[in-house]
Formats: sequence, structure tokens, C-alpha cells
Amino acid sequence: MQQLIGELMRTIDLAQSPLRELNEELHRQTDGSNEAQWEILNPRGGHAIAVGLDAPINVDVRGSVGYYCAGMNKKATVTVHGSAGPGVAENMMSGRVVIKGDASQYAGATGRGGLLVIEGNASSRCGISMKGIDIVVKGNIGHMSAFMAQSGHLVVLGDAGDALGDSIYEAKLFVRGKVKSLGADCIEKEMRPEHQEALTNLLKNAGIKDAKASEFRRYGSARKLYNFNIDNADAY
Amino acid sequence: MSPKIPLTTPRPSATFDDYTLSEIRRAASTGIYDIRGGGAKRRVPHFDDLLFLGASVSRYPLEGYRERCSTSVTLGTRFAKKPIELKIPITIAGMSFGALSANAKEALGRGASIAGTSTTTGDGGMTPEERGQSKTLVYQYLPSRYGMNPDDLRKADAIEVVVGQGAKPGGGGMLLGQKISDRVAEMRNLPKGIDQRSACRHPDWTGPDDLEIKILEIREITDWQKPIYVKVGGTRPYYDIALAVKAGADVIVLDGMQGGTAATQEVFIENVGLPTLACIRPAVQALQDLGMHRKVQLIVSGGIRNGADVAKALALGADAVAIGMAALVALGDNDPALDAEYAKLGTRAGCYDDWHEGRDPAGITTQDPELSKRLDPVRAGRRLANYLKVMTLEVQTIARAAGHNNIHNLEPEDLCALTLEAAAMARVPLAGTSWIPGVNGSGGL
Repeated sequence: MQQLIGELMRTIDLAQSPLRELNEELHRQTDGSNEAQWEILNPRGGHAIAVGLDAPINVDVRGSVGYYCAGMNKKATVTVHGSAGPGVAENMMSGRVVIKGDASQYAGATGRGGLLVIEGNASSRCGISMKGIDIVVKGNIGHMSAFMAQSGHLVVLGDAGDALGDSIYEAKLFVRGKVKSLGADCIEKEMRPEHQEALTNLLKNAGIKDAKASEFRRYGSARKLYNFNIDNADAY
Repeated sequence: MSPKIPLTTPRPSATFDDYTLSEIRRAASTGIYDIRGGGAKRRVPHFDDLLFLGASVSRYPLEGYRERCSTSVTLGTRFAKKPIELKIPITIAGMSFGALSANAKEALGRGASIAGTSTTTGDGGMTPEERGQSKTLVYQYLPSRYGMNPDDLRKADAIEVVVGQGAKPGGGGMLLGQKISDRVAEMRNLPKGIDQRSACRHPDWTGPDDLEIKILEIREITDWQKPIYVKVGGTRPYYDIALAVKAGADVIVLDGMQGGTAATQEVFIENVGLPTLACIRPAVQALQDLGMHRKVQLIVSGGIRNGADVAKALALGADAVAIGMAALVALGDNDPALDAEYAKLGTRAGCYDDWHEGRDPAGITTQDPELSKRLDPVRAGRRLANYLKVMTLEVQTIARAAGHNNIHNLEPEDLCALTLEAAAMARVPLAGTSWIPGVNGSGGL
């Protein structure tokens, strides 16, 4: 069922082991664990793979995953060598999640910290209600991304769909390509030196070398809808 | 000199009554819909419209001061490794830190723990005060996900996925800027002083098939230890409860329109949703049709005020109830002793519902440090415990009189209805007849 590969690598084959055993085993890992390298085989689009991790371990998932992979991740680095279904890294607290393929809806939803890198495209509502997470998407993102985004950074190397940043709070959005339309209360903002610096660091942390901060535009909140006013009712 | 013509008495309109006229004037003056706390204030068919039959020749009662009558309940027996054991089936409903002061949350935890029941977090995360003082704490998983984190998820005794609530099924919340203190703002990752809109639906799932996967994720994160509740507002209870069962809920919380909110539009509170009484039987029917009654526990809330209401909810098939508004009153909300201060706010004791403004003289629905200090959490907690114990005694009194040694043995057969509406909704006979409108014919004796 499980086999040791070298001293530190453990492999769990989901064609053999139930999901519950996998997650329970990963939850047993602690800060001082010497089993720092994990490989998950045959995910076969399964849901809730490697969720609720709370240790500085590396988990490589060999294939595509379903809903909520790496949900509520803390400290761990989870790499999906395939595509991810809805809600990947939802409510992530810290650590790093990398999707080698595409991501479906709600990637990084409500995330509070850590870095989510999507090497392909992300679907609609990427970064919805994000609360401190950093998300870097190498491809395009779908409509209503960063809806009600509270804090953190969303970096998009490609294009953004309709209604980007609708009802946004204090999250910072950087897009290199075209933005189809901006949502309510979201505007283009000046790219000041501190934003250039933050973006440069984000690109570096995401391992992206072929993009410069100067190629991006910044979007954020106009802060006109922060307190209710009847004369703004048409904006909703 | 012409004869004096008799004048007719000034006649107010039943349609345009004083309240309606005042609301038109308020709307015209402010340009903003009215926001308030609490639940539906309109008269709707309720537990008052039901009566217990009691024992007589055909049933024998139990002795009130000698014979035991059990009240305990276990919640979450379907999938959770660690179900919740409560001494009484009266729980404290979800109310947020933010809507309530930290002292009020602590008092709820203290009172519930003394009485042997659970309390519940709200839309703002878990505070150390309530975790510390609550023996059994249910952690709400809400659309806004304010304050949500895996550490608190693991500290909880149960997790309640909130789909909706009775005061505003289909609606989100609104915590207005004046209640956003530094601490509240930090817990919600938002700037101080802005209106905080709580989303009306979850950010990462829609529909029953997604809910099933979301529940799976929460179970996996918590290693299948904790009971998972699903809370719905009363709208289409038969189908909502059936779908919640299908999605894998251990426990379902069903909240009728009299259930309170911290702040929602008046038009929403009074015009959307079903009365609590109308929700219970369709919900129980769904559980029975699926063979899951008593296996998936049902908690009913919305307008529970006393032991009679609890007994009636249980008799109609609920496993437990939850109280919110009544618990706040037990702590000291709307106390007549504060009438002079309520008058300064343009209202009076018993009517105060502008909880969103944060000026509560009782120190409960506020974040103002000076007002909050007025509530002594130890004393208020004791008051809540007293109230919970009285309610429990009342339920036992009724159950014994109906001949039951366990309050969960109360059943619809113990009840009759005073009105046709209540008879139809509760599916019990109109008093003095065997007629259940919608179930059988005109009935006889």
C-alpha cells in the first residue's frame, strides 16, 4: 500500500489507499517530521486531496485533482502535476500550492496567506473573497475574479474576464494582458514604486523570469461603496 | 343657527396603519431601506396555536416530583467519530462576535455550559472568550468566511455549514461601519469603519452536489471527528432537508422566519421565509421518507420562548431547538430598567431592534467599550443558565403530564390546534375534532 522510496520520500497510491488514510497520515506530520517528501499517485480527479495540512512538507500529486485540493493548507508545499478542480487551495493560510495545469472556479477562494501559483489558466471567480493570499496565474483568468477580494495580491500574466474585482476591498490586482471589464467599484490605479517592488518579488517567488513588473497594470478599489449610500444603488 | 352636524370618529386605515405611514415617511426622508435586528414581528401561526392534550383515562401521567423524565440528546451520530452529548435539547444559536460584544459572547458560553448545552459562533470567527467559556462550541462555516481558519475548526466540537437563516433566507448580512472596532476589523481582514457585507452564498460551492463535496472536505480536514451541521432558513423545508441529508449532514438546523438576525432589511425579515410552525412537519416528513428521522438530528429555531414551545417542537419531531433572541433577553436585552435610555434612542424596552447601530444600553449588541462593560458576563451567564433550566423543567412538566418518561417521546398525537391554519401547518387535529386540514377529510369526533 505504501512504500518507502529512499529515506525521506513516501508514496501513497490512491488507487490502493482510501482518501481518509492519506489525509490522516499527512495530518500526523509535524514541524520536525523527517518524512518531508510525499508523492501521491493516481489522484484520478478525486476531491479533498491533501487538505488541512499543517507541517512544512512537500507533497507532489501526480495527476489531476477534483475539488478543494490543498484546502486550508498551512506550511506545506503542494504541487499538482496536472489540473485542479474547483476551490483549489481554498482558505489557504500559508505555504505554497503550485498547479502545473489549469485551475477551475474559485481558485484560492478566501485564502488568508501563502502563495498559489497556477501555471495554466484559471476559471471564473479566481481569488474570490481573498483575505491575504497571493495568487499568480501565468495564463488567463475568468469572469468575476477577485470578487469581494479583501486583501492580498492577484497577479495575472494573461488576460482577465468580465467584472474583474467586483465589490473589491483592499486586495491589489496586477494584470499584464487585457481586462475585459472591471466590476463595481474597481478601478485602474497608479503603479507606484512600492507596487513595482511588491510585484517584482511576487514574480520572483513564483519562479517567473519572463515577465517584468513594468508590463503590468494595477487595479484596486475606488472605495466608493465602502459605506452604503442610496445614490450608489445603481452600481450594484 | 344651523344645527350641529355630528362628526364621524377619525378612522385610521387598516391598510395604511400608523406603522406603515411612519415607514413611508422614514423612507422618503432617508432614501435608505430600514435595517434592523431581530426576527419577523408580524403575527404568524405559531406554537401558541397548539395545545397539549395531557393524560386522562386513556393515558396515564407520570409523577412530576418523583418519576424521571430524561432530557439529554446526542447530536451527530451519523458519521462523526465524536458526537455531541447535551444534557438538554435547548442550544444557543449562532450569533457573531461583532454583532455581540465579547462580554455577551462569554456570557452565552458560561450560561450554556452551566446548563449543559452548546453555544455557537457566528459571522466573525471564534473568540478565545467564547471558546474558553463554552464546554461545547459549534463553529459556524459561513459564506463570508470571516475569521475562518483550520486551527479553530479543529478546536470546535461541531461545525455548522450555514446555508441560510430564517430571518433572511437567500440574503447576506450587513455589519455597519459603526460596529467595526479594531478587533472586529482585524478578525475579518477589513478596514475599520466600513460596512461589511456578508455574502449571501458560499464563495466556493453552489447547489447540493457541491455541498456534498464541501462537507467531505471539512470532514477530511478534521479527520471525521466532528459532527457537521447544515443550517437552512425555512423556505422549502421538505426538499432542503432531503438535500442536506443527501449531502451528508449529521445534523440539520432549520430556522423559521421569527428567527433573529443582527442586521437585515425590514422588508426581508417580514416578507421572506416560512413561519417556524410551517417548517417542522415537512422537514420531519423528509427525514422519515429517507429513513433518517432520529439518525440525522433536527434542530428547530425561530421564536422559541419557553418550555411549551420546546415541547411542541419536539412533539412535532425535532430532536432539539436553538434560541437566540430569548437568550439575549435572558442576558438583559430590552430590559425595562433601561427604559429611559431606550427612550433616548427613540424606542422603548421590548421594542429595541436597532442592534446594528451599536448603541445598545444593555451592552450586548455593541462594540462600544463603555457600553460593553455594563454587561457582567458571570452574572448574565447565570441568568441564562437559570432561564435554560426553567425551560427544561417546563418541558419535563408537560412531558410527564402527557405520560412520557423522556421528553423526546412527545409526539404529534399529544397535540391539537386552536386554528385551522395551525392544524394544517402542524398536521395535528383542530381542537375537539379529528380533522387535519390537508391530511384527512372534514373529520368527525
